[in-house]
Amino acid sequence: MAHVGKYADELIATAKKIATPGRGILAADESTGTIGKRLASINVENVESNRRALRELLFTAPGALEYISGVIFFEETLYQKAADGKPFVDVLGDADVVPGIKVDTGVAILAGTDGETTTQGHDGLGARCANYYQAGARFAKWRAVLKISDGCPSPLAIQANAEGLARYASICQENGLVPIVEPEILIDGPHDIEKSAAVTEKVLAAVYKSLSDHHVLLEGTLLKPNMVTPGSDAPKVAPEVVAKYTVRTLQRTVPPAVPGIMFLSGGQSEEEATLNLNAMNALDTKKPWTLSFSYGRALQASTLKAWGGKVENVEAAQKAFLTRAKGNGEATLGKYTGAPAAEGASESLHVKDYKY
Amino acid sequence: MAPAAAAAVAAHATGMSLKIVPSLGKSEFVGTHVAQSAASAARVVPRANLSARAGGYEEELRQTAKTIASTGRGILAMDESNATCGKRLASIGLENTEANRQAYRQLLVTAPGLGQYISGAILFEETLYQSTLDGKPFVNVLQDQNIVPGIKVDKGLVPLAGSNDESWCQGLDGLSTRCAEYYKQGARFAKWRTVISIPNGPSQLAVTEAAWGLARYAAVAQDNGLVPIVEPEILLDGEHTIDRTLEVAEHVWATVFKYLAENNVMFEGILLKPSMVTPGAEAKERATPEEVAEYTLKLLRRRVPPSVPGIMFLSGGQSEVEATLNLNAMNQSPNPWHVSFSYARALQNSVLKMWGGEPANADAAQKALVYRAKLNSLAQQGKYEGEGETGAQESLFVKGYTY
Repeated sequence: MAHVGKYADELIATAKKIATPGRGILAADESTGTIGKRLASINVENVESNRRALRELLFTAPGALEYISGVIFFEETLYQKAADGKPFVDVLGDADVVPGIKVDTGVAILAGTDGETTTQGHDGLGARCANYYQAGARFAKWRAVLKISDGCPSPLAIQANAEGLARYASICQENGLVPIVEPEILIDGPHDIEKSAAVTEKVLAAVYKSLSDHHVLLEGTLLKPNMVTPGSDAPKVAPEVVAKYTVRTLQRTVPPAVPGIMFLSGGQSEEEATLNLNAMNALDTKKPWTLSFSYGRALQASTLKAWGGKVENVEAAQKAFLTRAKGNGEATLGKYTGAPAAEGASESLHVKDYKY
Repeated sequence: MAPAAAAAVAAHATGMSLKIVPSLGKSEFVGTHVAQSAASAARVVPRANLSARAGGYEEELRQTAKTIASTGRGILAMDESNATCGKRLASIGLENTEANRQAYRQLLVTAPGLGQYISGAILFEETLYQSTLDGKPFVNVLQDQNIVPGIKVDKGLVPLAGSNDESWCQGLDGLSTRCAEYYKQGARFAKWRTVISIPNGPSQLAVTEAAWGLARYAAVAQDNGLVPIVEPEILLDGEHTIDRTLEVAEHVWATVFKYLAENNVMFEGILLKPSMVTPGAEAKERATPEEVAEYTLKLLRRRVPPSVPGIMFLSGGQSEVEATLNLNAMNQSPNPWHVSFSYARALQNSVLKMWGGEPANADAAQKALVYRAKLNSLAQQGKYEGEGETGAQESLFVKGYTY
């Protein structure tokens, strides 16, 4: 049964707050290596000052935080400050945005499988979570990864990742952090949307069984799933179709006690990610959880391009970010009408066999 | 119309059970060294329609479940086995003969206006094939009343070897054939009741068996066009607190849903029949209807995916009034599923007493049934005001009750 620990009330309130309709999460937790790739794509050196500058650009974009309820940090960023010396957690706190922290330490191959992985990071996790709580974090995130192919995901991969997520979630809650549960099923592959739906159903069923076994308090969690779409090598479908299949899958697997479902964008273009989210919220069907976003690439791509690492471009970059944040905020209410074209907004952000 | 639905309609028209088998592709076979030879490829049935599940009855099951889970209506459980029905009849001084069972069930199904508050009636096998004294089959009487006929398909509880004196539910042998027969006779939903005992543990073995049996039954029922009612009754017997009941219920339902998913059961085409979350019958602290509602809704919100259309509570020994009050408390604000009733004793108790086996009392007894159904209909909509009910307060709890 759900364990109601000492942080229960706070966890429930935090999860609910992050899941406020009209707002969503900015995933800004790219590891040093990954953010390096982003910076490289705009010819910017991967040094701490540049990483800090990019994040400051995002967190201080005028008007943008109105549409952001939470920001996921990478560890380095959690302890960084704005140029004026104000800690980022306080910059966010002033704007009523909840700081979060990525706590997994990456994936490891499962021997005997076809290259499937499990996610690491349980060792010392309790102590790390307690420290992050001290530093101001109030939610955490852990990304499990599965893929679709002949024989995959295997029962082992599903079980190992579901158990890993549940263990992580339990430890987080014991230390005051709302766990975002992220079982990402990669979009890579030629499979159709029906296959994606069937696999996502099986995976989510296993995840919620494990969460139950580990006594996780569902009201104090958030889910970060993939949308149900055709594979990256299969023909695309309309947002309404993505919406129908995704919501049906969630209706079959996610108990109403979960306050919010914050989708990952997983390689969709900025515009696709917004249109799909909007279509879901426009659907007239049972949706007892908030349907929102937790986007990384799909919030930052055009912002990065507009910035190019140059101080004189900050304002334009921040406008680009506001456009995406506002659009996605509207999408959570089913009210998105399409944004003015920005460079790169429709560009696919898919990278084959993407390593986070 | 989608191929699966069209085929299902054609099947009904001809009376044949034409199935589109949604086969699993090789990618779902166990292991990594699955043979790739041409011969084995030929044995794999190509997928006709990936979305076809449940033996091709997908659309019909959705409709049936939705109809039963309609606003202001619930289920009349009248599927007492002959032995149990015998106890009911004995309590009013009647002999347990087929004629008496037939007379009692006729009284129930012919109650005028019953269909306004009752959407489904669960029958015992004998009753499914019975008729009124004028020769009208009970299933037709029910259909004319706008009530969906259902059928109990389990074969009862027996001791579970290796457990802590617990039970398990039998009935999987030949279940598919029986379900097909019941469908032909007019049944459109099924019911299978297994039990969990808190004083006896429950052991993990008992929980696993209960959940797996329900999941297997549900898959077979859907495959034959019957909406399965999934009923793991957590018995009221015991001194346990309401917190303990919640703990056990959360575990049982998590297991049930996991196994239902593994058996590829279509959730839009099932109904649940849980026990409410209450303290044990012999617990020192009682709970108010508001507390029962709070705990029960907590359980449902934590365990029941929104695609399940209806949750039809069993009364399990609560008095008629308790059962209505508790249901009412649960419907004070909108729920993502239809929250209603599937009551046997809590609908029939006063009716039985009023009838007493006397034809002269039949009218009054039928009115009492419809009245009780109406009150529960109001409770389903959160509008029950709590009339002055005297006999209806009688606890219907029987220690160690065997159904």
